[in-house]
Amino acid sequence: MVALLAFVPESAWAAKIGDVAEETSLGQQAARFFSFRDPSVRYAVIGSVLLGISCGLLGCFIVVRKMALVGDTLSHAVLPGVALGFLFSGVSVSGLFDWSFDVDNITKNPALIFAGAVIAGVAGTLLVTTLKQTTKIKEDSALGLTLASFFAVGICLLTMIQDLPTGNKSGIDKFMFGQAAAIGKGDIQLMLGVTMLIVAVVFVFYKELLVTSFDAGFARSIALPSEWVHHGLMLLVAFAVVIALQAVGVVLVSAMLITPAAAAYLLTDRMHRMLFLAVGFGVASGVIGAFISFLKPNIPTGPCMVLGASAVFAVAFFGGPRHGVLTRWWRHVSRSKRVQRENTLKAVYQVLENRAAQPEDSVSLKELAERRRETLDEVSGQAQALKQHRLVTLHEEGNKILFTPGGWQLACTIVRNHRLWELYLTNAANIAADHVHDDAEKIEHILGDDVVRELERMLDDTTRDPHGRAIPGFADIHKPFAPSASGPSGYGRSS
Amino acid sequence: MNDFIPAFEWQRVMVEPWAENLSTTFWIVLMGFLITAACGLIGNYLILRRMALVGDAISHSVLPGLAIAFLLSHSLNTVPMFIGALGAGIVTTVMIELIHKKTRVKQDSAIGITFSTLFAIGVILISFGQTDAVDLDTECVLYGEIAFVPLDLVKTELGPGMLSVVEKIPGLNSELFLDGNMLTIAPPSVIRMAVVTGVTLLLILVFYKELLVTSFDSGLSSSLGINATVVHYALMGMLSVIIVSAFEAVGAILVIAMLILPGATSSLLAYRLPTMFGITVVHALLSAVGGIHLATWLNCSPAGAMVVAGSALFALAWIFSPSQGLLLRWFGRELDKLDEEEIERLVKGT
Repeated sequence: MVALLAFVPESAWAAKIGDVAEETSLGQQAARFFSFRDPSVRYAVIGSVLLGISCGLLGCFIVVRKMALVGDTLSHAVLPGVALGFLFSGVSVSGLFDWSFDVDNITKNPALIFAGAVIAGVAGTLLVTTLKQTTKIKEDSALGLTLASFFAVGICLLTMIQDLPTGNKSGIDKFMFGQAAAIGKGDIQLMLGVTMLIVAVVFVFYKELLVTSFDAGFARSIALPSEWVHHGLMLLVAFAVVIALQAVGVVLVSAMLITPAAAAYLLTDRMHRMLFLAVGFGVASGVIGAFISFLKPNIPTGPCMVLGASAVFAVAFFGGPRHGVLTRWWRHVSRSKRVQRENTLKAVYQVLENRAAQPEDSVSLKELAERRRETLDEVSGQAQALKQHRLVTLHEEGNKILFTPGGWQLACTIVRNHRLWELYLTNAANIAADHVHDDAEKIEHILGDDVVRELERMLDDTTRDPHGRAIPGFADIHKPFAPSASGPSGYGRSS
Repeated sequence: MNDFIPAFEWQRVMVEPWAENLSTTFWIVLMGFLITAACGLIGNYLILRRMALVGDAISHSVLPGLAIAFLLSHSLNTVPMFIGALGAGIVTTVMIELIHKKTRVKQDSAIGITFSTLFAIGVILISFGQTDAVDLDTECVLYGEIAFVPLDLVKTELGPGMLSVVEKIPGLNSELFLDGNMLTIAPPSVIRMAVVTGVTLLLILVFYKELLVTSFDSGLSSSLGINATVVHYALMGMLSVIIVSAFEAVGAILVIAMLILPGATSSLLAYRLPTMFGITVVHALLSAVGGIHLATWLNCSPAGAMVVAGSALFALAWIFSPSQGLLLRWFGRELDKLDEEEIERLVKGT
């Protein structure tokens, strides 16, 4: 790809918005976009990557500190600063009080817009703090009030700029919803510098940021200046918001802070992993958004990037390995199915036990249904589920149930868990024998091997449970199967 | 800066809007007043219930509802718009609840994710549909088109009998309403907003007790048998309807200011809910009138100027509030001393 760039003279590819759209098929458009032949595409992609990095990094701290809506307020509040920074390029200062304003000098100067926007953003956060401190207005109202008031001032200034007799105002309306294609070389230099600053500060002050975000009390006790960390973080967020403005726009830039970080928050419990994930998500959604906006003229970049980030969040929300809604639902379903299976196995064991029969003997569906106090249909479904897991075999059109060796072992283990726990509760915790069954009924499915060994060590005599029934021991669990008296032999091999 | 900020000419800024452009000014001010009043009334409850940012979220996320309704019905008629907005409002509330109840993402992030996603969908729908859509565009979403409100006045022709009756009614016989035998009724959007404001006021009066109790004391409300969830969702539904009828005129983001500013101002000045409602309405009127003059002076967006005027009123209330004002804070020491002297005097007097 680098070689291709070297061979193609740059001037052959005009850097205009919508160049990519000229290609006919989506594949060709993608090839053209990702070949980075057009300088505007290159700038847009580099810009998206940079804003993904800076927003992703800072967004993590915003999300874990529950300041998502502070970020939103800050991003709306920069609008008057953008407008004033744009206007200020037309001011020439020749003395302390000798300023002159010339409409024709107005240009889109990234540094001035950056300065104006940062000042406005910081002023907005200070206003929120002051309102909270001096009045009884709550934080949510203070945030909404600041957001909308600053935005209104910005709207007034923008409509005034649109009436100015100058041709150089074309860039300013792209700040609302963003246009990655409008990113120029000056913007990229500024973005690069600011992103490097943000990465460096987060790297150097990682410990301080981590401690103040998660444990305010501990931060105080080791004399960390939490207030200053907070203000510093807000300043960095203002930086990140402002460099993202050109590509994402004022209205939606807060989403690039919140959404990738929230998606990362669903996937990991470690802050450093969350930072890397959020940066990855931010970069991916930024580049995809830039690509989509190049496909058709007049499609603003910001909403495309935000939808990309929202799609990532949706995937994490539904399919995240630990916190995903669908994953958790599936885990819940499979766990309750396992509990159901184990309870059925236990019932089969108890039927055999009551008959004083051997493990090789068969149990009829009717006996099982009586034991479980359920209908034949329900029990037959449960027996099918056991068969699928190769815990039992079914004979005589599914009316006779025979343990497989594995099923017998599992049944013994469950019953042993249950009775050991009952014994433990009566002997060690001094609970009456008629009160221990319900508790044991729940815990029998989750007792691990180590807990069982611990119980065996603590209890002196593990042959009889509090109700006088035998607790199946190792000899029972690993009992060699003899040919069955009441059913066909060849268990375990029949399907 | 003279190119940018025009000189303040008394005649042009303060007199001409009412003398020469009366019909334009009147409808814009009326529309602005109705919107700010309706938003401010319901905004009082949002502030009390600490739900100001839910208002923020809904005002952003009615956009896809509007866009879908517009793309399906190809018009900005009231019924499809209200259905779309109500649907979007419900989707917003449900999405926020779902995200922050089902996962460990906190409510603030849930609000941020929800409204930005829905707003982005709305903007993209509008951008794609822009070729055949004339009335709904991204400009309208941001700036509002309150300046275009007076452009489509509904007029009816009066018969000679009716004309003589109407001419006798004071107020109606001015040139604002009567042009020959044509009686001007109002722009349809103003009529719709007036109905919405009236219904809001009526509902607040009728369900005053329920709203009051659920806002301040959830324990008492459940012991009185008031279903707080129903009240919550009814409030959200009303909010969606108000926002959508204000949307075309002031846009998605300025409407947040109209929701919060009047209530925040009144909460600085009063402690009783009825007084707060009174201040809200006065604030709405002053910011609408102030906004139109500011917009005339600076030649900027009237909706934005109304919010700026409202913010200025809020700033005044913040400085001069008798209970929590900045002046009181700055000179609070002297006031404390006065209080002590007065207490001493009273103690000696008895």
